[in-house]
Amino acid sequence: MIYEEISANKRKSFLLLFLFVVFLLFLGWVFGQAYGSGGVGVLVALLIALFISLITFYGGDKMVLGISHAKPVDRKENPYLANVVEGLAIAAGVPAPRAYIIEDSAPNAFATGRSPENSAIAVTTGLLDKLNRLELEGVIGHEMSHIKNYDIRYATLVVLLVGTVALLSDWMRRSFFYRGRRSRKGGAGGGIIILLALLLAILAPIVAQLIRLAISRQREYLADANGAHLTRYPEGLASALEKISKDKELLEVANKATAHLYIINPLLEHRGKLNDLFSTHPPVKDRIKRLRSM
Amino acid sequence: MGAISIVLLFILIVLGVPILIAIFIYNRLVTLRNRSENAWHQIDVQLQKRADLVPNLVETVKGYAAHEKTVFQEVTKARSIYSQAGTVQEKADATNMLTSALKTLFAVVENYPELKANQNFLLLQEELSGIESKIAYARQFYNDVVMSLNNTQQVFPSNIVANIFGFKPREYFEIEETKREAPQVDFK
Repeated sequence: MIYEEISANKRKSFLLLFLFVVFLLFLGWVFGQAYGSGGVGVLVALLIALFISLITFYGGDKMVLGISHAKPVDRKENPYLANVVEGLAIAAGVPAPRAYIIEDSAPNAFATGRSPENSAIAVTTGLLDKLNRLELEGVIGHEMSHIKNYDIRYATLVVLLVGTVALLSDWMRRSFFYRGRRSRKGGAGGGIIILLALLLAILAPIVAQLIRLAISRQREYLADANGAHLTRYPEGLASALEKISKDKELLEVANKATAHLYIINPLLEHRGKLNDLFSTHPPVKDRIKRLRSM
Repeated sequence: MGAISIVLLFILIVLGVPILIAIFIYNRLVTLRNRSENAWHQIDVQLQKRADLVPNLVETVKGYAAHEKTVFQEVTKARSIYSQAGTVQEKADATNMLTSALKTLFAVVENYPELKANQNFLLLQEELSGIESKIAYARQFYNDVVMSLNNTQQVFPSNIVANIFGFKPREYFEIEETKREAPQVDFK
């Protein structure tokens, strides 16, 4: 049953990413048309996406860990965390990720990296203090699944694509001012294209954001299912999610850009709403219910 | 002329397709066999680590409870049996023995509050429970791999390929299931 869920989720996520790329290229084409050449627009969109991806692909994990003030720990400093991380890496059949600790009493955790061979898991000191071993294993199992399923790379790539769309449409909006002053070249057809480009410039960032959210919500359910499969003990993760979501402390190092990485949305205002379209995470109650019915 | 080439094509398909399928199955069997080998190695590494930890643990406990000789003897004996074990089954048996000996040891430790507060002992205890959970996870991974290896060898048509090339089913690693519960001492 878990395996079916996994492959269904993978299929849907791939479809979403594919649509996203098509959407991006279409955007480039429309913008290009407004300037006279659709092909050039597609090419520029492609080049920009490629350029930013390469930079973040090789340094994205360090950026994220730096922003979150995560410090690397080895097994001498914290054998407890090291043992749990290594244990679940064995269960998942991947090399052990590097372990990081964030000095913050709000319990939370995330994983980052570009592949199972090059990955890291960061947990807060609050998580280590407030959870027992089985709950911590549940959380690390969830993160290990993100690593094994290449969610960590996926999350970075999707963030990049969204960023690119925002960049392109921003650029477009600004350039209309200059274009408006010059004389028109095309007839009525050109006018429609320009109108369409204008509309897209406004809609693109919103659509991009929604797609990103839909992807990461599905990934959370999948990681819950896989994580529970790794520990063979869904109750550990369920009870950990319960504890984390009930905790009222604020995770200071999290912001809107990194919020979707965490196991539970660290931005407190997003937690209460059910099926919120703008939330990066599925409702916690629903996640716990699914885990307890496994 | 036309009829001959059709016959040739037919023969080619009749021979070629099964050969291609057989190659595919053979490669999958080899991959699974290597994966199970590797998974077994993971268990072995952790079992060895646990056995290596025993003398150190015994020394530490002896410092506080020197007269509990029978317990030490039992643990040491289990360890030496383990170090002579070779096959999967032998190792599983020795592991069970060592597990129950260690259980007795930790029951004895309960009577020595000073020992339970000893920093070195706490570290060893964390190390041991870490290794034990790793053994459990490595075993889970190994048994999953062995199941898909054995399944592939038994279902049609891959059982034919497995028979021709002499693939053998692997043993599962069966040890006593440790109960899933939070340990009493939470060492951080």
